[in-house]
Amino acid sequence: MLNKDFLVKVGLAEMLKGGVIMDVTNAEQAKIAEDAGAVAVMALERIPADIRADGGVARMSNPKMIKEIQKVVSIPVMAKCRIGHFAEAQVLQSIGVDFVDESEVLTPADEKNHIWKHDFKVPFVCGCRDIGEALRRIAEGAAMIRTKGEAGSGNIVEAVRHMRSVQGSIRQIQTLAYDELTAYAKNIGAPLELVQYVKENGKLPVPNFSAGGIATPADAALMMQLGAETNFVGSGIFKSEDPAARAKAIVMATTHYNDPDIVARASEGLGEAMPGLEMSAIPEDEQLNKRGW
Amino acid sequence: MTIGVLALQGDYFKHAQAVQRLGHDAIYVKDSATLAACQKLIIPGGESTTIIRLIEELELRNALLDFAKQHSIMGTCAGLIVLANTKEGLPFPPLGVLDVEVERNAYGRQINSFVDSVRLNLFDKMVEMEGVFIRAPKIRKMGKSVKAIGYHKEVVVAVRQKQILAVSFHPELTEDFRLHQYFIEAI
Repeated sequence: MLNKDFLVKVGLAEMLKGGVIMDVTNAEQAKIAEDAGAVAVMALERIPADIRADGGVARMSNPKMIKEIQKVVSIPVMAKCRIGHFAEAQVLQSIGVDFVDESEVLTPADEKNHIWKHDFKVPFVCGCRDIGEALRRIAEGAAMIRTKGEAGSGNIVEAVRHMRSVQGSIRQIQTLAYDELTAYAKNIGAPLELVQYVKENGKLPVPNFSAGGIATPADAALMMQLGAETNFVGSGIFKSEDPAARAKAIVMATTHYNDPDIVARASEGLGEAMPGLEMSAIPEDEQLNKRGW
Repeated sequence: MTIGVLALQGDYFKHAQAVQRLGHDAIYVKDSATLAACQKLIIPGGESTTIIRLIEELELRNALLDFAKQHSIMGTCAGLIVLANTKEGLPFPPLGVLDVEVERNAYGRQINSFVDSVRLNLFDKMVEMEGVFIRAPKIRKMGKSVKAIGYHKEVVVAVRQKQILAVSFHPELTEDFRLHQYFIEAI
């Protein structure tokens, strides 16, 4: 399945592995993120915790604000478009964004269809809750998958649920016989050839990152040990008491995720983490991870 | 042979896979004790600002400089930037064990990333392979002891200075591991 265009898209996702991608809302925050060792920044007007608090329709960010961020950092700059909103994605590609996140954090533009991402030169990342959703997005051209978690919650429970679901399904698919793959593919609603790829390679065809709820260095280490290849951190940094220190500590914990001594040292003296939300405090229809399918 | 892959950040998995396919052991290096167990080292692609910051914060600089005196190192893309001596835009100076100046992201943003054929002088023979260029750096100036060993069109994309080898593209992203083989067997 690897044509040259797709190789170049997945190639950038490969380069971001073992790192932290941070949500930023202006040039100053972007600089703090880069100085803390972020591998990329996600430019958006409001971080998920504020989108949740403000309510209303959340759309693609103002291109002017994204361009200002592109000017001050040398690391890749990502930006979000609404699910199914291919015109927003075209705008983001035209201003030279390095990765487009077709994201459930924004209000979906299409409740039935996601973007046909093969039409674009810019690579896409999409969220998923389970392996069926991951493989559907990859079939549409996503070059990177991130498990959704619950953005803006400061609660890691959904991120864990989704990552365990994807990793568990990968292990299960590897145990299936070839003549069992078609029925499995039908049940999860994913293309057979991608299920076959998972069986033969023991991984998704593109890198799988984690998102939605990481607030501490230990959260970052947890997601990496569960199989994330990089961590997206949204509200967790700039909603905390000391963003620069916390950003640095999460970078360190992501690199040394399997060394508890280093994660312990990174966790000291960071000030308060962002306040978290119990999932039961978020009404079902306000849970961002339920958007998209 | 045991080949270390610097695993602070970046696509170290793909490099380790290439080394293993060639029948050698690959280990991830995140501290100086592990580095000491390696015969050679690969510095992978990734984000050069992140990798250089982590080298500094984890106090790996001196261990890497010592290693470079007696062992071979291959750097790809961000790895080239880490080995070179251009400080501009980086949080800390690079290792400076390769006498070249580089320009980061010289081809532009991701939209300008590409795959194209490159020519390499390996084992005294010019060979062609696919070069994957992702937000790649360009080599702007080379010291006298540095030899160009690879080109994309007329642009130098691979250099060697004694036991240091560096390329601006990603040989680990294709299934063609001749450059890895050259690094392991000839350098």
